[in-house]
Amino acid sequence: MAEPHDSFWELERKNRRETALLVIVFMILFTALGCGLDFVFGNLRVIGGHLSGVPILTTIALIIGSIQSILSYFGGAALVLASVHAKPLLPDSPKQQIVLDVIGEMALAAKMPVPRAYIIDDVAPNAFATGRDPAHSVICVTRGLVDEMDREELQGVLGHEMAHVRDYDIRTMMMIAVLVGGIAMLADFVYRWAWFGGFGARDGSDRNQSGESGNAGALIAVAVFVLAALAPIFSQLLAMAISRQREYLADASSVEFTRNPRALLRALELIAQTESPLKRASRGVAHLFIVNPLEAVGDDREGFFADLFSTHPPLSKRIARLRALAGEDAPSNASSTAS
Amino acid sequence: MTAVVLIVLVVIAVYLVSVFNSLVRVRNEVDNSWRQIDVQLKRRHDLIPNLIEAVKGYMQFERDTLTQVVEARGRAIAAPDPASRLAAENQLTAGLGRLLAVMENYPQLKSDQNVMQLQEQLTTTENQIAFSRQAYNDAVLSLNNRIQIFPSNIIANNFGFKPAEYFKVAPEDQELPKVNLSLGAPRA
Repeated sequence: MAEPHDSFWELERKNRRETALLVIVFMILFTALGCGLDFVFGNLRVIGGHLSGVPILTTIALIIGSIQSILSYFGGAALVLASVHAKPLLPDSPKQQIVLDVIGEMALAAKMPVPRAYIIDDVAPNAFATGRDPAHSVICVTRGLVDEMDREELQGVLGHEMAHVRDYDIRTMMMIAVLVGGIAMLADFVYRWAWFGGFGARDGSDRNQSGESGNAGALIAVAVFVLAALAPIFSQLLAMAISRQREYLADASSVEFTRNPRALLRALELIAQTESPLKRASRGVAHLFIVNPLEAVGDDREGFFADLFSTHPPLSKRIARLRALAGEDAPSNASSTAS
Repeated sequence: MTAVVLIVLVVIAVYLVSVFNSLVRVRNEVDNSWRQIDVQLKRRHDLIPNLIEAVKGYMQFERDTLTQVVEARGRAIAAPDPASRLAAENQLTAGLGRLLAVMENYPQLKSDQNVMQLQEQLTTTENQIAFSRQAYNDAVLSLNNRIQIFPSNIIANNFGFKPAEYFKVAPEDQELPKVNLSLGAPRA
């Protein structure tokens, strides 16, 4: 087909590639940390330029890493939902019924199966989508979104989420959430035990027969420290870089579904006025949401470093792009006046 | 030499088959998205009598609006051919849009849970019709392009592929506020 579908297949392929890359990077980091620990604890030694010993911890790290990759693929959505304390969204009230209906409408517009709906009990209006593929997708909204947004705004936000579903962003983002969390945990663990083990190895001369090997051990211990310290930052940066560019794309796709740039524009302007960050959101899942749940929303810093350390493009930039699509000029009281 | 001719023939055959298959695929997509619209139009037909019944008591003064909707529904159901059915459905869309807009003037309706539920069901059905119409028209565009553009038009004409009709929106429908059929969410 020579129509918009092409770009969407392209995006899906890109997401497959990036998910594979992510898992590989994750496995390498995991194995490297395990390998470092083997040196620290003396399971592996360099004697006369040759490696000797049994890399027990490397093997264990490899196994744990594989298991975690598989678990995060099949159970990632459940983990993410549990971590933000999301509950199934039921048609208990008229407003909740409307949200469920709009999810159905946007699924139709995106030609995708209808995702399951969840809700977080929090007043900050926000939403995210997750799952391993469109057939197993989940859209999660906050209580604030349900209460404050009218039908048009909901269409904009949920259209944005359906775009993430259609383009398989949800899978990449879910793997990032779970694997980055895993790396942070492992790094933390390594950091503590390497410290303990490193001292043990240097003190106990029974473990290191020759001084040369002791020096190598100390060097490797330092390397493990550095790796353990850098791994979470590195993986976080990766998550942010992958996440940021997708938001503009999903904004554009939302307009493609609703054929109404005002829908998402009004929704983002409404969000721009609220100040409360989401209570349950942690760094690990921040990149999933439609707007960054951790920053005060008025925070519109721009520039290289702000860009590097942000999971989302500044709200004011996204609003400006939607205004251009809607054929409007920015109003004189621009929302960037908020501190 | 014969090998070259053979290869060329095979390449041409593979190309013809792939064009034919893609024509069939797009035609099926048109049929399928029409069935989607059909499901929702039927659902709308089923919902309307309930809504009219529920609001009749409150809206004595809107007899015209109510009759228009009822009559358009009757015409759509009884329509003998697709063209007159589309026309009737478009009138029904316009009439329903007016009815849902006028309902905003009757605050008593907001306290009637049954009415609110029916209104929401109709609103989402209306939106679903609109979104399915988008999908249908996209599919029609894609089919008609293939039927008219060289070289796929040769195959299309030889195998009797017919261009499909667009589901056009009636002019009066376009003047209505399209999306804002909401319950008027309270905004602080």
